[in-house]
Amino acid sequence: MPLLEIKNLHVSVEGRQILNGLDLTVNKGEVHAIMGPNGSGKSTLAHVMAGKPGYEATQGQILLDGEEVLTTQPDERAAKGLFLAFQYPMEIPGVATITFLRTAMNAQRKKRGQPEFTVPEFQKRLNEVAGKLEIDREMLRRGVNVGFSGGEKKRNEILQMALLEPKLCVLDETDSGLDIDALKIVSEGVNRLRSPERAMVVITHYQRLLSHIVPDVVHVLSRGRIVRTGGKELALELEAKGYAQYQDEAALAS
Amino acid sequence: MTAEVRAIKTPAELALAEAYTAAKPKLPGDGKVIALREAAFRRFDAQGLPNRRVEEWKYTDLRALMREAKPIAGLPDAAAKARAKSAGSLIGDIDVRRIVFVDGAFVPELSDLKNLSPGLTIGSMAQALASGDPLVAAHLGKVAAADDSAVALNTALMRDGAVIRVAAGSTVELPIHLVFVAAAEQSASMFTRSLVVIEKGARAMLVESHEGATAAEHQVNTALELVVGDDAYVDHIKITSGKSPVVHVSSLMVTIGARARFNDFSYTTGNAVVRNQLFLQFDGAGALAGIRGASLLNGRQHADVTLVADHKAGGCQSREVFKAVLDGQSRSVFQGKIIVRPKAQKTDARMLSNALLLSDEAETDTKPELEIFADDVQCGHGATSGALDDGLKFYLMARGIPESEAESLLVQAFVGEAVEGIEHAGLRDALMVNVAEWLKARAG
Repeated sequence: MPLLEIKNLHVSVEGRQILNGLDLTVNKGEVHAIMGPNGSGKSTLAHVMAGKPGYEATQGQILLDGEEVLTTQPDERAAKGLFLAFQYPMEIPGVATITFLRTAMNAQRKKRGQPEFTVPEFQKRLNEVAGKLEIDREMLRRGVNVGFSGGEKKRNEILQMALLEPKLCVLDETDSGLDIDALKIVSEGVNRLRSPERAMVVITHYQRLLSHIVPDVVHVLSRGRIVRTGGKELALELEAKGYAQYQDEAALAS
Repeated sequence: MTAEVRAIKTPAELALAEAYTAAKPKLPGDGKVIALREAAFRRFDAQGLPNRRVEEWKYTDLRALMREAKPIAGLPDAAAKARAKSAGSLIGDIDVRRIVFVDGAFVPELSDLKNLSPGLTIGSMAQALASGDPLVAAHLGKVAAADDSAVALNTALMRDGAVIRVAAGSTVELPIHLVFVAAAEQSASMFTRSLVVIEKGARAMLVESHEGATAAEHQVNTALELVVGDDAYVDHIKITSGKSPVVHVSSLMVTIGARARFNDFSYTTGNAVVRNQLFLQFDGAGALAGIRGASLLNGRQHADVTLVADHKAGGCQSREVFKAVLDGQSRSVFQGKIIVRPKAQKTDARMLSNALLLSDEAETDTKPELEIFADDVQCGHGATSGALDDGLKFYLMARGIPESEAESLLVQAFVGEAVEGIEHAGLRDALMVNVAEWLKARAG
């Protein structure tokens, strides 16, 4: 059974149809890249998978481990192992990052019937992961993402991903706003999480992220549908030729 | 000037006039105190109960909210005192010196007056009025005096309260916890008046707890006059909590001396109607004041914070931060006025009020006012009201946090922004624990 199966997905946002019959199958251990021009529906796909309010699936299915997730709440999807790394991570003043992380981790464990982590257990895991991502303790005491630079916010997303150990990671434009050094730290963080038990969907406009996180499969999304699927060389082709051949009216929509 | 046309007196106003006449001979104090009461009663009688025609009371119409005046509470019996024992527990297990008032009267056997630190004196207002205490004579009715009919009524009918003095240069380590409990079985009205004088360079922390211990519809009118001397350092936290359907009117009048530091916090979760009015007067240059508060309301609760910060001296800094969390059909009111007198140059005043509406039926009214008569000042105010941010909620839920827990985290963060202004860590924690309990009760 595939880890993720999206069938004939139609999604509208504020009455506007964005996804028009999208199909996607991702197996365990695979990394899929979804590329496409602005306005093709990349972020909509990420949001509807995570269950963002306002993103209405009018047709189709999203199956995670064979189970329909469209009818479930975002927190239930997370507990089932779905993780979305946000393009624009939210700032939450007053909620310390460390409190947020522990609450999230234990909420998921509770829902899965696992024992909650004690403070020392949690602290130990956090220190390990944060160290590798060069996130210092002072940052963790601050409000979630408050005063973080663009790069720090993205590193914080990867930190969450590493701690929560999801089955399926969806990365929405994780490279946006990153300089070369930050891109390297973030990509290394993502690559450490690659495993035969886990799959990733990497959504990006540019090829540059994919030279750091090398995908197994590349899809081209245009006007709410996957219009082409290939190997990692497809990303290089897109980089060289652009999206023009797939775009048509998509440029108007952006 | 035209003669004042007054509406026909309401039954409550008539009852209060009768109560005053009947109580007069028994109320503590003679000579000057009687004259003070008489003058105050005449002011009250001319203005009547505060009502919506009075701008400062526009959103909290006591004339409408008090259909009748409850009889003045008698001295507490043993049962009432027993009910009062657990009052004030919201502050958790922090070390305090507990001074208890039940139904408006000082209860020595529930209070701790032993081993007062050097420079600290604590007594009862009833006794101070009866004995003509010079501290009371010097200050009572004179601290940041406000022309307000609720204060006037309090002055006319005040029976007991605390009289506290911290002598110049003394530091009182142990916070003083004034616990006011309305514990009578039958609905009653209570008039407490306290005076606290923190002299030059002295330091003290004062916590007031107000709560009802029965299901009676008590009417509480409490007032505190607080003198913060030059270079003094004073923390004052007032907690109004409990499920009793009390109508609670509180007036805080403060004068702040030169270079003093004053940190005030009002925390309101309880009662049916709460009016917290704060009259602050900056009398000396270079003082620093943080005036904060949080209200957590549900059902049909109504809580009003009305604040006047009067900068009479220059170079003072004031920060006002008030947060309201509203569920059910509750209503919060914030009225904040900053006055900067012509001589108060270099004033730096910033006022912020935020209301978080968790229900479509809740209501908040906000009225910030700036009256600036000096030309070299920094003053600002900001006010917001709105629901929880859906984007933030989604972000938390996308990490596996259930909706109710996500909402709780966001509400705690919202309230925390004000609570973090309290210096005492133990009290800060105790209030946040109470916020969490309130949220838990809400989630059901």
